[in-house]
Amino acid sequence: MSEPIKLKAPVSDEDIMKLKIGDSVLISGIILTGRDAAHKRLYDLASKGEPLPVDIKGQIIYYVGPAPAKPGYVIGPAGPTTSYRMDPYAPLLMELGLKGMIGKGIRSKEVREAMQKYKAVYFSATGGAAALIAKNIKEVKIIAYEDLGPEAIRELTVENFPVIVANDAYGGDLYEEGTKKYRR
Amino acid sequence: MREVDYNIIVDTVARLCTEANYFLGEDVVNAFKQGLEKEESPTSKDILNQLLQNAEIARTEKIPICQDCGYAVVFLELGEDVHVKGNILNAIKDGVKKGYTDGYLRKSILADPIKGKNTGDNTPPIVHTTIVPGDKIKITVAPKGGGSENMSEVKMGKPADGIEGVKEFVLDRVLRSSANPCPPIIVGVGIGGNFEYSAFLAKKALLRDIGQRHPDPFYADVERELLEKINNLGIGPMGLGGRITALDVFIEVYPRHIASFPAAVNINCHAARHKTAII
Repeated sequence: MSEPIKLKAPVSDEDIMKLKIGDSVLISGIILTGRDAAHKRLYDLASKGEPLPVDIKGQIIYYVGPAPAKPGYVIGPAGPTTSYRMDPYAPLLMELGLKGMIGKGIRSKEVREAMQKYKAVYFSATGGAAALIAKNIKEVKIIAYEDLGPEAIRELTVENFPVIVANDAYGGDLYEEGTKKYRR
Repeated sequence: MREVDYNIIVDTVARLCTEANYFLGEDVVNAFKQGLEKEESPTSKDILNQLLQNAEIARTEKIPICQDCGYAVVFLELGEDVHVKGNILNAIKDGVKKGYTDGYLRKSILADPIKGKNTGDNTPPIVHTTIVPGDKIKITVAPKGGGSENMSEVKMGKPADGIEGVKEFVLDRVLRSSANPCPPIIVGVGIGGNFEYSAFLAKKALLRDIGQRHPDPFYADVERELLEKINNLGIGPMGLGGRITALDVFIEVYPRHIASFPAAVNINCHAARHKTAII
């Protein structure tokens, strides 16, 4: 495998356009978290044209609901959740400037098309590698919807968070191509 | 009649909840290692290595393998000559509450399916009870994550579909699930019984250890055949393409009505968690 690409978050359009499916990427910097309930709230606000509680321009959002942190840990195990549940909300967030999504599993046609239109990428993290991924999370701050517990929006400071580009801004789909390659 | 103290049940269930979440079974760890030898995709090899590292971190630091610590599914085999002081189902519920709270496990249960609101302690559990001869109590805790559960299905087929129809259903279900249930997966298949019992059989099938074949050679052969066909789909670890899509396929069967042909597929992620204690 080629050397992993180092990516600093938040990101620019230029950063995004360099990424191709199959690229191994290590993300460092600031990313946001959000899953089902937080997405619904963001979407409902955005649909009405109301301001969001967080600025998502240039941001990468990680679909995660961490386990509680044991004493001495900044966060509990924090692997990706299945992304398709966020599909109804993702295109509107990309329209508002969201640049990246981290999760696991396949995305809808609408989400893939929105990634091309608004220049965004979808990264696959390893589902179930939650204890390992938590080691790359250095700081955690709840920034919105604290009442949602594990589903609250958090700001994570990450270092070398390992992901793979599953869908790029050129319409590439690693799920489709990878499966085709290894099918017998 | 043998008497068992309420708190023994509570403490045992609490321990099983945490151990199932912290300690990935040796059978799964070994299956990852064997998978690494067979896997051809470099990306997928990386993923299998991450899963091995992850299991090691969880084991040594006593933290959950996965942030989704699951719905607490409990298989209870209750001897007819044993009595628990208090109520055994309440004791199991209290055990789940204790295990998930004290063990820093994620609480993922909403009190009402529509109106929401987290119950805060991952209760209630789902308990499947069987009355058996003897004075022992066998408790298996099998926490089940949402991502793989969502890719499961019951199909009321026609008797004419036969075993070929079941194979087709299983392969189609796995193909449509693609990357979503966190492959490499374990596939539980229930054939027969009725609508709800086929689903129970599929869930029960997931309690077997990797490599443990059905005692009937006919079904053992079907398990082998399905495993090979699933791995030929090319889905691979996390669905990014590869040779290791499933670690095993387990079939459980039960008598059926002459008019019905139920079959169920219950998919488990690679975090195949189940721990058992006998009291």
